[in-house]
Amino acid sequence: MSLDSVFDLLLAVALLWSAWRTLMTPLLDRAVILFIVFGLLMALAWARLAAPDIGLAEAAIGAGLTGALLLDALGILRQRRKDSP
Amino acid sequence: MKKLLVILGNLGFAVALIAGMLDLGPAPVDLRPAVAANLSASGVAHPVTAVLLNFRGYDTLLEIAVLLLALLGIFAIAGEKQVEPAQRIDPLLQMLARLAVPLMLIVAIYLLWAGAHRPGGAFQAAAILAAGAVLLHLVGLLPGWVQPARWLRWGLAGGFLIFVALAAVMLAEGSLLQYPPAWAGGLILLIESGLTVSLGLILAGLFLFLSSDGEQA
Repeated sequence: MSLDSVFDLLLAVALLWSAWRTLMTPLLDRAVILFIVFGLLMALAWARLAAPDIGLAEAAIGAGLTGALLLDALGILRQRRKDSP
Repeated sequence: MKKLLVILGNLGFAVALIAGMLDLGPAPVDLRPAVAANLSASGVAHPVTAVLLNFRGYDTLLEIAVLLLALLGIFAIAGEKQVEPAQRIDPLLQMLARLAVPLMLIVAIYLLWAGAHRPGGAFQAAAILAAGAVLLHLVGLLPGWVQPARWLRWGLAGGFLIFVALAAVMLAEGSLLQYPPAWAGGLILLIESGLTVSLGLILAGLFLFLSSDGEQA
């Protein structure tokens, strides 16, 4: 087994694992972080599939901007919860 | 029992999907030779950019329209807001953002330019611009946007307007978005520059218009 296929296998397992954890974790903040991790791994997978264009877009929009929006939403949710206990 | 059935059903579906992916037949229409044959007439040397901005420019035109509409939708639901008073933020973070954002600007311009002959292009460059704006906002250097002022409105709509104007000119000459080959490279660069600025502002706006919303952690 060459180093490439070992890396691809690890990447595929990590993708599935992070997707599963994102959906299954009971903690919202952990889910958001895992979603960002999933996006970055996905970008890596696109790069491995020889589609660097999609990889760039995924890293910037999927992981970066969406992740920032989700974190922001989380912050507002937490603030609201603190205001009205 | 119900849970078990759902799990079994999903597993069966997953296996069927994987089996389908594994013996995927050849594509009914192979467009790669057509793209390769016409690449020299497209004005750019990278096939992805040639498809996005020339052969299927129509799709990209509608894509930017959709993103603009999404932002207008946010205006509609965001309603009245008050601006958050500046909060205290670690000066080290501000320093880091001040160092990072000019580099991001350079990377965005590089990606825009590189789109003509290697992976890159307007969308990726715009996403990096937007990420820079979000970074500046998060460290408190750029206040959230409440109402778009006139220059911002033009910036948001500019890329789409340039694209539509060029398409209209092409329509008068012949057919929609069919560039004359001699001008194609320059026209594509013009459209991509407009798209980069507008998309960067739109993507940043998705964050900045929403995040100035009332209280914020």
